[in-house]
Amino acid sequence: MGEMLRVSDLNVFYGSIHAIKDISFHVNEGEIVTLIGANGAGKTTTMHAISGLLKPKSGTIDFLGNRISQMEAHKIIRLGLAQVPEGRRVFSHLTVQENLSMGAFTRKDGASAIAQDLEMVFDRLPRLKERRKQQAGTLSGGEQQMLAIGRALMCKPKMLLLDEPSMGLSPLLVKEIFKIIEDVNKDGVTVLLVEQNAKMALEIADRAYVLETGTVKMEGPADELANNIEVRKAYLGC
Amino acid sequence: MEFLSYLINGISLGSVYAIIALGYTMVYGIAKMLNFAHGDVIMVGSYIVFIAVNQMGMPPLLAIIISMALCTLLGIVIERFAYKPLRSASSLAVLITAIGVSYLLQNLALLIWGADPKSFTSVVGLAPVQLAGGRLVISGETIVTIVVSAIIMAGLIFFVNNTKMGRAMLAVSEDKGAAQLMGINVNSTIAMTFAIGSALAAVAGVLLCSAYPTLQPTTGAMPGIKAFTAAVFGGIGSIPGAFVGGILLGVIEIMSKAYISTQLADAIVFAVLIIVLLVRPTGLLGKKISEKV
Repeated sequence: MGEMLRVSDLNVFYGSIHAIKDISFHVNEGEIVTLIGANGAGKTTTMHAISGLLKPKSGTIDFLGNRISQMEAHKIIRLGLAQVPEGRRVFSHLTVQENLSMGAFTRKDGASAIAQDLEMVFDRLPRLKERRKQQAGTLSGGEQQMLAIGRALMCKPKMLLLDEPSMGLSPLLVKEIFKIIEDVNKDGVTVLLVEQNAKMALEIADRAYVLETGTVKMEGPADELANNIEVRKAYLGC
Repeated sequence: MEFLSYLINGISLGSVYAIIALGYTMVYGIAKMLNFAHGDVIMVGSYIVFIAVNQMGMPPLLAIIISMALCTLLGIVIERFAYKPLRSASSLAVLITAIGVSYLLQNLALLIWGADPKSFTSVVGLAPVQLAGGRLVISGETIVTIVVSAIIMAGLIFFVNNTKMGRAMLAVSEDKGAAQLMGINVNSTIAMTFAIGSALAAVAGVLLCSAYPTLQPTTGAMPGIKAFTAAVFGGIGSIPGAFVGGILLGVIEIMSKAYISTQLADAIVFAVLIIVLLVRPTGLLGKKISEKV
């Protein structure tokens, strides 16, 4: 299993706030890696730096041999790195199906290949199929999250960045979403997952990094961290 | 019969407002800014046609194509140098810059072409059509204006809904960040929007000056403001809204002039806008934000 993503000594500023301080981590091909941490730990900022929505002050990000730390977001996705952003951010005035085809914006392999993948996404997320003609803004939170994941899958990513997919969802829906993430990973998509719901994230992840106020506090195999006394106290509430 | 004639004139004037309003509304929808220099692009486009036809003797159609090309370029240049550096600035800064660009264009025109009004020769070669035994006369300009704006409207709706660039515009207008994550180049989409809006402004300028043949550096200002009003009237950000708003505004203006008072016509137009906004703050066809969380 080769290394897919490497972040080295990353520093990111949000205006004058030094949000990310010298963070380093990596993700291997085929893995689910999770970044856990409280609100304000720098999880979303890290995600935005990787997907190109924020430019790091210093440090490097490499994805499959490409230096992407200063690359524009719309070029990064073409390398096969897709982000499911925090708060879903589906196009609420477009229909479910239009949202999904927007996900295939960068593809040049023809309409029939895209139509085939659309059916694949519908098979994986049958609730979207029922609502394919419905405006995305009228979907429930869980459905919007599924749509955001489906939309990201439409670009045939090699790696998926998921930012707080459990946010605002009922425990039952969180389980459903995490099952989807596991299935997507089994089909060969590497996953970097940012979560406040550390319990669920550590359950499905191979490895984890604990972020605290912009730095990596701990790292290791997910099951080890799940049994770590400090992690249990701070993030698992037991 | 008189009423019908006023109505047709109103629709014709409204069609011009609609074409200009499309530029306002598309730029607002995608860049979330009010480009108050848009009206002055109309004026520049009209001068270009005037010079090409009256001074260089070009055929009108060629002159219009050149004018559209140059206005497209002007729109892209304005966006690149005046607005793009302010992409993350406050909307007030962008608004003031837009007003500044508007004055810059007007004064450049004053410098280059002088203050005295030019008499624009109509580029429409169509003879007036007489209906109802000569009691209803429709000028060639009126017919051409209505037909052209209908074609533009249909073309634009097709473009936005059926082309990749059009879909990108829809995505950017809703969420720039999410659009970027889809692989859409936001900067080139915004530049494209300015290009289309400015090319349309050139067409609007020619139609306007063919019907009202006085050309001076402030020619674009008032139609610009009225078209902006039309865009708000119809629901800013909405393409069909700009069309509906433009036509209604033109009809209201001509009817007010005909039946109420020439002096009060503009006041009535703006009063109607205020009433519409009081009842429907998003404009006639404006999108309501209805989202479940």
